[in-house]
Amino acid sequence: HGPYQPHEPGYGLYQPGYSPYDDQILDPKSRTLAIQNAKAFLLKSSTASGMNLYDHLANMLTKILDEQPTNAVDIIENISKDVKWAQFQKKMDTLRDEHEILPTFEAAEKRKALFLKANGEGDEELEEEVGETPLPNVMETAFYFEQAGIGLSKDESYHIFLALKKLISVQPVRTCRFWGKILGLEMNYIIAEVQYHEGEEEEETEDEEGIEEGGKGMGEVEDEYEKNEKEDEPPKSTYKPPPVIPKEENGTGANKYVYFVCNEPGKPWVKLPPVTPAQIVCARKIKKFFTGRLDAPVVSFPPFPGNEANYLRAQIARISAGTHISPIGFYQFAEEEGDEEEEGGGGRDTYEENPDFQPPSVAEMVDSLSTWVHHGQSILKQGRCVWFNPFQKSEEEEEEEEEEEKAEEPDELQQEIGPPLLTPLSEDEGIQNIPAWTAQSSTNLIPQYAVAVLQSNRWPGAYAFAAGKKFDNIYIGWGHKYSPENHAPALPPPVQAEYPSGPEITETRDPTLEEELAFRAAKEEALAAAEEEEDEEDDVEDDEEEEDD
Amino acid sequence: LGSLNCVEWSLLPPATEEMVARAEQLKGRFHGDPSFEYECTEINAEDAERLFEGGKELMIKEESRLVATIEQIDRAVGIIPRGAFVKTPLGSVHENRNFEGLSLTEAKKLSSYFHFTEPVNLKDKTLLEKADLDPSTDFLDSLEHDIPPGSWTVQLEKGDTVVVLRSLLWLGLTFYHVPMTKQYGYVYFGTGEKNLDLPFML
Repeated sequence: HGPYQPHEPGYGLYQPGYSPYDDQILDPKSRTLAIQNAKAFLLKSSTASGMNLYDHLANMLTKILDEQPTNAVDIIENISKDVKWAQFQKKMDTLRDEHEILPTFEAAEKRKALFLKANGEGDEELEEEVGETPLPNVMETAFYFEQAGIGLSKDESYHIFLALKKLISVQPVRTCRFWGKILGLEMNYIIAEVQYHEGEEEEETEDEEGIEEGGKGMGEVEDEYEKNEKEDEPPKSTYKPPPVIPKEENGTGANKYVYFVCNEPGKPWVKLPPVTPAQIVCARKIKKFFTGRLDAPVVSFPPFPGNEANYLRAQIARISAGTHISPIGFYQFAEEEGDEEEEGGGGRDTYEENPDFQPPSVAEMVDSLSTWVHHGQSILKQGRCVWFNPFQKSEEEEEEEEEEEKAEEPDELQQEIGPPLLTPLSEDEGIQNIPAWTAQSSTNLIPQYAVAVLQSNRWPGAYAFAAGKKFDNIYIGWGHKYSPENHAPALPPPVQAEYPSGPEITETRDPTLEEELAFRAAKEEALAAAEEEEDEEDDVEDDEEEEDD
Repeated sequence: LGSLNCVEWSLLPPATEEMVARAEQLKGRFHGDPSFEYECTEINAEDAERLFEGGKELMIKEESRLVATIEQIDRAVGIIPRGAFVKTPLGSVHENRNFEGLSLTEAKKLSSYFHFTEPVNLKDKTLLEKADLDPSTDFLDSLEHDIPPGSWTVQLEKGDTVVVLRSLLWLGLTFYHVPMTKQYGYVYFGTGEKNLDLPFML
């Protein structure tokens, strides 16, 4: 193998003084000349980068000797690359480079607020914590869900934990729970379910009530217009919008809990507005992804009354109603008399914890679905949990009605009854041939510490676990119901008739020639017959006159 | 390779086109039993005659459906970051050992991720665009032109250290990449059903 040529990879290995051809160069003069030639070549600058091989090798060897990495021969290429890369760094400059703010640093700043203890609370905080704290133990629930393979990473769970702590220090809450996470296109939502202390709720704005009354007033005014309608005026619309069903009071039914959302732990919590039945009814018909911005409009058909915050709230309400479950016996009905027959037979809607709860074993909880019950009240078709009769009118209006009985038996609406609270899961209908819930034990290998896990098939992403006396529900997903058929958006309703068509305004067909001739012939006959009758009548009168005389 | 309990693994048969075509017609969840057989109730009369003439069965086993679904998912939404694989002048594609990861700005853009299948749209690009491409790394379809637009969500997690892409067409497919490192990958956790309602949901 002759002396290495420049393009061969072994070139740089040629070191003066150790060449295999030393014996060929006997003359010391020519040897030094060879050395000088070699060094000159190494010092030759590269045309591309302005560096030369000699300096580069020197730098590399210096670096290796300084750092003394293990297995230097294995990473020699990386070292070479790093040395070359270091050329581009400015060493000492009169102008200091502005310290580049890494995005991770910015994110950490935001989260820093979570990690600081609240100032100025000090001793008071300690006393509060001794008693019952509404803060849920998020890490514990995360641990149980992790056994089932569901959940968020530990980092995120801890951040959520701290964010919840901040939330309860700001708002007067009685109970708080991490509800879950809904994924969105641009950002995700982290949702907390909260119950206020009694009496601490913010007052409702009166805007919505005003709209209701305005609507009813409009209906009455239109009636009067119809009665006074003259034929000259263009016909007034006879369309009466269906009566607006009022939303449920805060603290009951679908609005039992108040929900707070944030995009990331560390960002401020935003309260979601209470949900109205119209929103729930519409949310059942549409299927849209969430973008992550609460003020984004929801463009759909039928048009959704509200923006993304309302749609999110409606989906949360549906998910809570459909999937919040607990082991049987954990909650029991409050023992109050006279609660069985409330308005319209809505059933009981309050429950409390059972102090004598004996948890069934994990095996039982997994085997049969009747050991679990819903503690979320189901939402009727109307969009509320307790049925509301919209045709009930106040006493003043009833006087205008002709029959009082009419108010009690509306023509179209019948009372809707949903499944009562605390029904076991075995009553849930499946979808086609899939059961509504799938139960599993977290591990088959260690039954003593296994956790019973249920996942919902109707709302993919809803999970519940139970282990002894502990249980919880969580939702992590996109926020949509499962349906095996494809989503078919509602068709627009048929075009309404502009005017009632009757014989007065309908154009009659022009008569054909035959009909006209026939008509004329008939007319002539009639004339002839009429003349004969007149003659007869004259004759009769003449006869009468003659008789009188 | 497939398994029911992560302890016993069995080799799954490779997917054929015919399997994929038949599995596309099945709707509904998987049952969890590999030997469960589905009836094809949705085939119209012509297909049924053809199948009968071929002497093939009308039942599909869940195993084939599983295999076909995996194949569909890989083909439709299996993605890699730009530069992770290179193509040699001879045409063979292999992993790029010098791939150091995308930068943070690049990682936020959909155009820096490619589908890991035979390119479909490359030839349709204008000559101007083709001039910008680097043939060794840009030989696959990028995600930018996926139909419908917006069928991927890009999010940064963990304080901007991890970029996560989620597919909306196959709900449950998640791709992650740590910028400036060689780490990337995708996993699918889900029910194995294509999201055909996607155009309505965007």
